[in-house]
Amino acid sequence: MSDANERISQIVNANDVVLFMKGTPLFPQCGFSSRAVAILEHCGADFESVDVLQDMEVRQGIKAFSDWPTIPQLYVKGEFVGGSDIMMEMYEAGELQQLLAEKVGTAN
Amino acid sequence: MAMPAAEIEALIKAALPDAIVEIRDLAGDGDHYQALVTSAAFAGKNRVQQHKLVYEALGGRMGGELHALQLTTAVPN
Repeated sequence: MSDANERISQIVNANDVVLFMKGTPLFPQCGFSSRAVAILEHCGADFESVDVLQDMEVRQGIKAFSDWPTIPQLYVKGEFVGGSDIMMEMYEAGELQQLLAEKVGTAN
Repeated sequence: MAMPAAEIEALIKAALPDAIVEIRDLAGDGDHYQALVTSAAFAGKNRVQQHKLVYEALGGRMGGELHALQLTTAVPN
């Protein structure tokens, strides 16, 4: 495994809910990242965020890690859940709230 | 960096011949699209796998040449 892979693996395993995004939850730098943050906040989830704009290695590495071409990316308990479109679909179907409640127990 | 909607549709249909592809150019700039892709190929797959099929069809353009594609996938009724 490359260094990036190892670092990402550590991040997703050390945090129950982690969002790789552009910018920070307070100042998202992309509409898709902003939407992902809003969805998690609506779910009442406690989450860690990683600003990929501050870390080129993670920015490139995360795409290979999950075989997913875009950012944001949500991980729950080490598992890749999806990008913002999937998060929105799951949220609208009540599935994201359910997943968070089951895996982490923090959702409203 | 822009990519015409017709090209996106053609790439998706080349990989998923039965696909019904509806594309909206959200900002009118040829760079921010919303697509609804309906295909029997998605049956039995989860959302991540469905989206990956579409990204594979786009052959690496997603996240590069094609910056913003809001994607929804569905199985035909």
